[in-house]
Amino acid sequence: MAEHTLKAFDDDIGELRALIAEMGGRAEAAIDDALVALSRRDNALAERVVEGDKAIDELEALIEKKVVQVIALRAPMADDLREIIAALKIVGVVERIGDYAKNIAKRVPLISHRSSHEPLSLLPAMGQIAREMVKGALDAFAARDAQKALWVMERDRAVDDFYNSIFRTMVTFMMENPKTISESAHILFIAKNLERVGDHATNVAEMVYYAATGAHPPERERGPDLFQEQEG
Amino acid sequence: MASTASTSPNISAPIKMAAQDVNVFYGDKQAIRNVSIDVGMDEVTAFIGPSGCGKSTFLRTLNRMNDTVASARVEGRITLDGEDIYSTAMDVVQLRARVGMVFQKPNPFPKSIYENVAYGPRIHGLANSRADMDVIVEQSLRRAGLWEEVKDRLQDSGTALSGGQQQRLCIGRAIAVQPEVILMDEPCSALDPIATAKIEELIHELRGKYAIVIVTHNMQQAARVSQRTAFFHLGTLVEYGVTSDIFTNPREERTKDYITGRYG
Amino acid sequence: MSHDRTPTDWSSPVMRQRIARRYAAERRFRLMGLGAVTLSAGFLLFLLVTMLSGGLTGFLRTDIALPINFPASPVMLEPAMLKGPNAQQALANANLPAVTTAAARATYGDKGEELLSDSAWVAVRDALLKDPSLLERSAVIPVPAASDIDLAHKREGTAEAEATVARLTEKGALSSTFNLDFLTMSDGTDPTQVGIWGALKGSLLTMAVTLLLSFPIGVMTAIYLEEYAGRNRWTDLIEVSINNLAAVPSIIFGLLGLAVFLNAWMLPRSAAIVGGLTLALMTMPVIVIAGRNAVKAVPPSIRDAALGVGASPIQVVFHHVLPLAMPGILTGTIIGMARALGETAPLLMIGMRAFIATPPGGVTDPATVLPVQIFLWSDEVSRGFVEKTSAAIIVLLVFLLAMNGIAIYLRNKFETRW
Repeated sequence: MAEHTLKAFDDDIGELRALIAEMGGRAEAAIDDALVALSRRDNALAERVVEGDKAIDELEALIEKKVVQVIALRAPMADDLREIIAALKIVGVVERIGDYAKNIAKRVPLISHRSSHEPLSLLPAMGQIAREMVKGALDAFAARDAQKALWVMERDRAVDDFYNSIFRTMVTFMMENPKTISESAHILFIAKNLERVGDHATNVAEMVYYAATGAHPPERERGPDLFQEQEG
Repeated sequence: MASTASTSPNISAPIKMAAQDVNVFYGDKQAIRNVSIDVGMDEVTAFIGPSGCGKSTFLRTLNRMNDTVASARVEGRITLDGEDIYSTAMDVVQLRARVGMVFQKPNPFPKSIYENVAYGPRIHGLANSRADMDVIVEQSLRRAGLWEEVKDRLQDSGTALSGGQQQRLCIGRAIAVQPEVILMDEPCSALDPIATAKIEELIHELRGKYAIVIVTHNMQQAARVSQRTAFFHLGTLVEYGVTSDIFTNPREERTKDYITGRYG
Repeated sequence: MSHDRTPTDWSSPVMRQRIARRYAAERRFRLMGLGAVTLSAGFLLFLLVTMLSGGLTGFLRTDIALPINFPASPVMLEPAMLKGPNAQQALANANLPAVTTAAARATYGDKGEELLSDSAWVAVRDALLKDPSLLERSAVIPVPAASDIDLAHKREGTAEAEATVARLTEKGALSSTFNLDFLTMSDGTDPTQVGIWGALKGSLLTMAVTLLLSFPIGVMTAIYLEEYAGRNRWTDLIEVSINNLAAVPSIIFGLLGLAVFLNAWMLPRSAAIVGGLTLALMTMPVIVIAGRNAVKAVPPSIRDAALGVGASPIQVVFHHVLPLAMPGILTGTIIGMARALGETAPLLMIGMRAFIATPPGGVTDPATVLPVQIFLWSDEVSRGFVEKTSAAIIVLLVFLLAMNGIAIYLRNKFETRW
């Protein structure tokens, strides 16, 4: 990519990318830490994740301000314009991802030490994929890499499959053990949060794809829709 | 690839002017290479491109202003409503009345405001009486958005107006001969932002009554006022498309580099 | 990167010295300019003072009071004869010169008539025409003095004349009046009777011919060369020729006029038309050059504007370019005309140096022009012509000033209108 004649514009874009990378990194770490806290039942770590979300929120505000400045001062056009707008939307999404991590962390103290649900062991693997998707989407953004964005979108299906499997397991489990229904609901919500993280990562990937190519991503095959299936 | 990909972007409006394989030479130097483009009726078409890319030259072939340059030679076919404007049957004076022009520097005649507007209609015999002429002058100045500012001093010299007012006077002068097409050669390059905004608003209002072709260095301006944008580079037409597409998602690398500020 | 330069010390002694030198140079230049202006103004002042002091008296006439007792004089006139249409005829037959001579002798002694100008009787005639009742009584009529008395009265004359003047002054017989004749009469032999009108009219006619020929042709040529003619070897050649023509010495134009207009075309000698034609040849290149520059100076944006609303090339020229170029063209024309007005040499070649005692009635009548008249008078032996020469020069200068004034007026009028 050739440089802009006006070097300060390149500097602005570079700064913006660095800020988004940092924010994304924090969101990834938050998911990671929340899952670690969950598997170790580490309430202190969970507390730190909740605290850390504030930094992510601050970064979001900072990036939004920066984006508005760049639009006002540099009047970006074409792919620059698409990238700046994508950045604005991506920070909103990453902030949501941070919120989900916080939400997971908040549920850690509510799950008892004794609990040894089988789905609990599935959550780290699911979280791992969701985290990879977030990382992939942000990497794709940094590199304006449409292929990488497509790869992220493909991965969403795996997360959805995980969620569907956990959902079925937990529903069965709750029917069999009505006493643990509250704990099970928390676990279900954690799984749902991770599934939402995956969806958001997919959204980011779609924005990256548009920013990089100017076209919307090709319609892809979606996983079986859980709720339709239930109705049917 | 450049010249084939660029003729007419799913143009919806009826075609007012069409150029086919136009080449322009100044002596031995070729200024325009194989440009084919359609100008839609009732639309604003913007020509953008770096200095010396031939956009102004091409604009001036559309009303044969290049005829005044002795060494200029135009090849190819340019039509106005299907008539070849370079054919011997076309009267160049009439052509310039039908295809009016507004220039880079506001150039009112050093005469009264009234005379500036009345001059064109007078030489073409468009007014039968003084009263007719008064109507034409008022209408033209109203359309040019200048009437309210000058109605009490029509006998003042046109050159005493501010730059922006002068340019609107020039637009009014062009409108007065009832052109079908108005060519504007960087009409705002000598104006301040407020005057520029007024001209842009005027272009917006004139859209639909005339086919307007505007050459501009200011990409934002092209984006703001035009429905279609053509990007010229080194005498060729690189890309021609719907303005919103050109500025959000250009197809050609050279267009993208130019509009994002990576040119040169 | 090269190493940084040391910061400039703007207040170092070297800098101060440089500033002082710069100021000194500015001051020196201003003083030299002022000196040049003063010097040229001084020359101009000297010229004006010399001309005015020597020439203003040329507009004055010394009159001698001449008492005439008409009833007692041998005048053969009745007041009634002066009332009819035959008054002139009657006066011509009245033998007024004899009456005047007799009256002069009666008052100023035997040679009394020599104190008077030869045209003294004309003054008597005019007085009678004005008031026929004079015939019935005796009256004192101021009549023009002879040239030497005139000179002695105004300034230094011969010893004899000075004595006479002293005597006459004692009697209170001398008076000075405005010499209207100088502006209404033509060349003559007696300096008290000459006038500038013949030459002035000749100049006016010649200038009219020159202007009518050179202005339209010059302006058309300028416009054609600038607006229509392409740039090729022929137009280059024409341009060089015109520029050279403007620099050709005027005497050569005179020879050309002699050869072509007089010898080949058989036009009348010393006529205003020939002078006008010759001067037109000389003036035209100046107008063409000034015209081309003026046309060139019209901004191309005005041409674009006119073409842009669909004006034809000829409309562009006559509606826009020419009016805008007019002030410049007029300036050039006036410069050319002023030069033509002061031109003597070529007119001498075509015979305009003849003694012409009557003002020309038309462009084909023999005529002379102001500068030639000045040249002729300056050559006269009679001392009375010296002040007439200066007076003629003043008339010529006033004429030039008037022309320039008109030019400036026209120019401003055009400029404000546009």
